[in-house]
Amino acid sequence: MTDLLECSSLSKRYGNEPPALDEVTFSTETRGIFALLGRNGAGKTTLIRILATELQPTSGSASINGMDVLRDTNRIRQQIAVMPQEARLVPWLTPRQTIYSYLLYRGFGRKEAASKVRDALEKLGLGQYENVVNRRLSGGVKRRVLMSTILATDARILFVDEPTTGLDPLIRADLWATLRELKRTHFIFLTTHYLEEAERLADRIGILENGRLLTLGSLGELRAGMKYQVSMRILNGGSPFEPKVGEVFKGEDGSTQIFTSEEDADRLTEELVKEKRRFSIYPISLEDIFYYLVRRPIEEDTRKEPRENGDRHEE
Amino acid sequence: MKSSRLSQVYASILIDALYQMKNYPITLVSNVLAPFSVLVLILLVSHGDLLSISIEGALITSMISGGVNLQIDLSHMKNDFKFQDMLVSSPTSAFAYALGMGMAALANSIPALAVLTFLSALFIRATLVGALTVLCVFALMFAFSVALGFMLSTFSTDIQQNRAFVSILTIILATIAPIYYPITYIPASIRFLAYFSPATYAAEIAQNAIGDLQLTAVNLAADWVVLVAVCLALFAVAVKKSHWRDP
Ligand SMILES: Nc1ncnc2c1ncn2[C@@H]1O[C@H](COP(=O)(O)OP(=O)(O)OP(=O)(O)O)[C@@H](O)[C@H]1O
Ligand SMILES: [Mg+2]
Repeated sequence: MTDLLECSSLSKRYGNEPPALDEVTFSTETRGIFALLGRNGAGKTTLIRILATELQPTSGSASINGMDVLRDTNRIRQQIAVMPQEARLVPWLTPRQTIYSYLLYRGFGRKEAASKVRDALEKLGLGQYENVVNRRLSGGVKRRVLMSTILATDARILFVDEPTTGLDPLIRADLWATLRELKRTHFIFLTTHYLEEAERLADRIGILENGRLLTLGSLGELRAGMKYQVSMRILNGGSPFEPKVGEVFKGEDGSTQIFTSEEDADRLTEELVKEKRRFSIYPISLEDIFYYLVRRPIEEDTRKEPRENGDRHEE
Repeated sequence: MKSSRLSQVYASILIDALYQMKNYPITLVSNVLAPFSVLVLILLVSHGDLLSISIEGALITSMISGGVNLQIDLSHMKNDFKFQDMLVSSPTSAFAYALGMGMAALANSIPALAVLTFLSALFIRATLVGALTVLCVFALMFAFSVALGFMLSTFSTDIQQNRAFVSILTIILATIAPIYYPITYIPASIRFLAYFSPATYAAEIAQNAIGDLQLTAVNLAADWVVLVAVCLALFAVAVKKSHWRDP
């Protein structure tokens, strides 16, 4: 059996809309954490729902560890658990009742289910909320109860769509720790808008834009694949500055963002020091890669239309 | 049925009936009161003449509202809580889920059914065959409304669509059908309208069984044929058209 998640020309159109997923083809190991990034509407949820056998693709195929998402549905469903992006707890249940009944649905006997509930809640530090009606819980606690619901199962492949949205920074860090521990035994496919999260947690990262997969690989591989290795930001102030190196973007705050090679960066640094300008310089981060790949002028935001490379420059 | 399927059925009954009643006891009260609004109205207007028929009508309504409520609950689970997504992507079978939610609807009707059954025992004199016939009709109506409710819920994508489905369903099933009074009360010129509702056939059979309506053997047989055929057809459509995995 191949331990791979594979998509081949996977496409999805909702009605006559432009494709939400457009011939997505990739393959990645089903271990550790895979983080899928992309702007709103890029197609992340659509991809997760197809892989999790919740949604029929329009064309193409996908498989998880050799099991086809369309043909081997039952086998896949035994092995995965999903936390949907917009999932909300059933308000009239308590966390205990929520997890317990979900485990019954998954085929656990009553005794086993009951014993797993407490463990799952404890794992995310939710023991104290066990018997509080869901509707009384805060947003973050609700989200964590959902998370512990899928952790309570014995599924080894987890799809979590924006698991940390709405969590405070400390709780988020806690959840990261949990995920990090979990990834030793589980394959976790997550989406997030927090690039830092992907940077810290993910073994592999994919970036989706307009239904197309722009890139996929470890952070190191993503960096290596970039044309530029250095990111510089020159703060607003003084006379206009138009560096003739690499690629230049203007930020909303008037600052200038530059992606460039190490040598050009050195030269530019000297120049900037001479002119006494305030600037920062650092090796290209995931955030830079993300911006570089998906950035474009907002006013030209004609989604679904393929862009030329040159479009990335803002005037 | 495998034990895991039974677990799934039980889980639905828990979340949609038992836990609900336990955590929100007010639902118990509303469940008991549900069938009485029309019942009391009809009794008052008819000065008690339609007692037996309207008790039975209330029973049929309970069965139908089981399906309507089921539709509402299923649609919440699917569209608002995305809970159905968590189930679709799990080993839960669509059938066990629907059956369980149907049983939950039934469980929610139990308080009302108990009261109505008690009233029936007091006020309706039916033969054993009559009583069994009525039970059979109720079971069919229930299965029918559950299948319909499940199918519609898999189509609906939000609360407004759902609301539209529910009101159309209610009109077809409960409003145009002569459930609380004999069909002869409907002016002959528009009586045919009632026959668009499967509940009409159910009501005729039930009213005949307890002696409130005298059907010819041919009419009775026709009612049965139509009722069973409609239920089977709907079941077939529901099984074929309901989509567990979104298209
Ligand atoms: N049920 C649906 N019917 C029609 N169009 C849909 C549906 N679901 C998603 N879309 C469209 O498909 C595209 C991709 O949506 P998707 O939800 O997969 O994006 P996403 O990357 O998850 O976005 P976000 O970060 O906002 O969650 C969007 O253009 C969206 O409008
Ligand atoms: Mg999404």
